[in-house]
Amino acid sequence: MTNILLTGVGGQGTILTTKILSAALVKLGYDVKMSEIHGMSQRGGTVNTQLRYGEKVYAPNISQGEADLIVAFEKVEALRALPYLKKGGTIVMDDREIYSMPVLIGAQEYPHNAVELLKETADSVIVIPASRIAEELGNIKVQNICLLGALAGTLELNGVDWNAIIAENVPAKTVSLNQEAFKRGRESALSV
Amino acid sequence: MEKILMSGDEAIARGAWEAGVCVASAYPGTPSTEILENMAQYKDDLYCSWSNNEKTATEIAFGASLGGVRAMVSMKHVGMNVAADPIFTAAYTGVNGGLVIVSADDPGCYSSQNEQDNRLYALHARLGMLEPSDSQECLEYTKAAFELSEKFDLPMMIRVTTRVCHSKSVVQTGQRNEIKPLPYVSNPEKYAMLPANARVRHVQVEKNLEALKDYAETCALNKTIYNEGDIGIICSGICYMHAREAFGDSASYLKLAVTHPLPDKLIKAFCSKVKTVYIIEEGEPYLENAIKALGIECSGKNRLGPQGELDAQRIRAAFGLGEPPEIYPQPAQAPARPPVLCAGCPHRGFYFAMQKHKDSIVAIGDIGCYSLGVSAPFFGFEACICMGSGFSIPIGLSIALKRQGDKRKVIGILGDSTFYHSGFNSLVDAVHQMADVCLVILDNSITAMTGHQVNSGVERDLMGREVPVIPLEGMVMSAGLDKDRVRIVDPIDQQAMNAAIEAAVSTQGTFVIISRRPCALLKEEIRLRAGRHCEIDRELCRGCKACTKTACPSLAFEGKKAYIADAANCTGCGLCLQMCRFGAIKTVGG
Ligand SMILES: Cc1ncc(C[n+]2csc(CCOP(=O)(O)OP(=O)(O)O)c2C)c(N)n1
Repeated sequence: MTNILLTGVGGQGTILTTKILSAALVKLGYDVKMSEIHGMSQRGGTVNTQLRYGEKVYAPNISQGEADLIVAFEKVEALRALPYLKKGGTIVMDDREIYSMPVLIGAQEYPHNAVELLKETADSVIVIPASRIAEELGNIKVQNICLLGALAGTLELNGVDWNAIIAENVPAKTVSLNQEAFKRGRESALSV
Repeated sequence: MEKILMSGDEAIARGAWEAGVCVASAYPGTPSTEILENMAQYKDDLYCSWSNNEKTATEIAFGASLGGVRAMVSMKHVGMNVAADPIFTAAYTGVNGGLVIVSADDPGCYSSQNEQDNRLYALHARLGMLEPSDSQECLEYTKAAFELSEKFDLPMMIRVTTRVCHSKSVVQTGQRNEIKPLPYVSNPEKYAMLPANARVRHVQVEKNLEALKDYAETCALNKTIYNEGDIGIICSGICYMHAREAFGDSASYLKLAVTHPLPDKLIKAFCSKVKTVYIIEEGEPYLENAIKALGIECSGKNRLGPQGELDAQRIRAAFGLGEPPEIYPQPAQAPARPPVLCAGCPHRGFYFAMQKHKDSIVAIGDIGCYSLGVSAPFFGFEACICMGSGFSIPIGLSIALKRQGDKRKVIGILGDSTFYHSGFNSLVDAVHQMADVCLVILDNSITAMTGHQVNSGVERDLMGREVPVIPLEGMVMSAGLDKDRVRIVDPIDQQAMNAAIEAAVSTQGTFVIISRRPCALLKEEIRLRAGRHCEIDRELCRGCKACTKTACPSLAFEGKKAYIADAANCTGCGLCLQMCRFGAIKTVGG
């Protein structure tokens, strides 16, 4: 059984990423369950999706200390999700900062050194500059697919036609852009 | 057949379509909303439409069932409170075409105002009830529910929870079974529930439930899994998955699909084969009380409690199954990330203006995106309990405050969808009772909170038909308010909004403000404003922070200057611009 927690901020596309990954896992013949509690996600709150795959999956959600992998789309969200990480598990994260309202109005401090803190605490932290790659490619929105590429690289999932699955799941106009973002993310993870 | 991933909600919609459903109605509410949204893809085969509230939605489905076709209504748990009136008596009349009522409960309050356990409604209203635990079962049980509804002449309830609705799992789908409508035959003894008929029908309902109970004793939907060991677990819905995860093969399971009426003999037989019986359920001790009433010793609620959502870890901890997994210590506090009003949200304009009048008002809110105005920095209202109440609580509150010499004006706040839902009734009460209140409709022209469902103020319906718009101001005026007691204001225009609130506060009697501007996330709005955003001139900015008081997520402050941190999401609405005394902010593009 493999447990993955994806976490980000409403609007970053965590749900789509989880959906594409799940589709690939189903094609590989795994039993897959994913949980995506979304209520007020569009309104700038934290969004978590959880994905479990293996031979047979019962519960769709992950408890604290059970995630083999955390994929964080934003720095403090990685920090927030840390209690979910299994001892010895891996964090794949973007070092992007998105300021929440308490930070914007100066009521709370943003821990800019979150990556260093996480590296000191957890055993395996892989930082992927997905937002920067996405910006280089000309559209910040493909950050999520870039992280998906990194995730696919980290999980070493073989035998998946990622380009085809991406094409099935993103708007027609952005297929090649997303495929490129995926490739860059994957390379970035493999080079770590 | 291809295996695909589906959420519980999608699978219920698919199951209903496969079962030949002809009419599907609902009022949106998380986590049930996607059920009807997904029906729209089958619109060539069926009729589906959003209603204004759960009661009318239920009655529309009931009418379709009466007319001989299969019908389904779906709602969130609190929606069932609104629909309870027709539901309780629909059990007495029974059905013609199969009638399925979906209740989506929300243990853990992910997006609700309470955690009520609607399994108790099935018991109380005398409905049959099925509880699926994953998407495949959502599909299969929905199909079964239509069959059972017709076979036992009972409305059937499908009870799901957030974790079932919003989890995806692998589903094998089937084809649609097109069903010939049953003839509509006039039968007032069965369907006209006057006392004389109702007394007779009550006897019949109990008989129908007895028959369904007999069926449940042996039906293949309920499953028993025997393993080694003394422990037997009885559970239903998602709790089976959590229990199975926690106890694994160290316990035996009775997984109930039909949870009303309960199969007593099956339960007794299972319990006789194990030494210790645990009941694992979220919410109320619904199963536990019923099983104890059979004279069976069992427990569970004493360890799990009635609050919150269960997961495997919580069950392990409650039953002492191993040590909790080690977790990493948190090296720093992550700043909170509460959901906020979006950049360009029209509600922000209203709350910002209202702040200025804090001392002369007491505000009561309601449920919608605008509920987010309750917290910092606006602290926009002080109470909210249920949809529509934002316009009726003020009536009572204003009377109470007057009694103790409190001269503040009571303001009620609710959205357009909430007004259509039940707020109009409250408005009529206010006007008729000559209440001294100001009632504000935050009209963003959509049901935004639940993800942009159309309502009676929109000219297209779920099936894409062009439909008549029911204008809010027409409804307000129809209640008999004079023109000078009704203002329609753009909430971003602070001068106009301030003037309207001032007029409301200084006018004795009922006053209505329609705060009107479309939701900034509407596709049409995004298209119209493409490229438009605000810009702050660093030279002109004096760092006074007046603009940051709008609490716009696109605006940030650093190095003694305000700046637009997120131009992509800034809509250029211009609220911040009105705060700047130095002319540093302007709208560009678009
Ligand atoms: C009885 C009931 N039904 C449904 C809901 C779910 N719900 C919460 S807010 C809301 C819609 C609010 O829409 P509107 O009043 O237009 O405000 P907006 O979110 O657009 O600002 C709904 C359907 C609920 N809380 N209670």
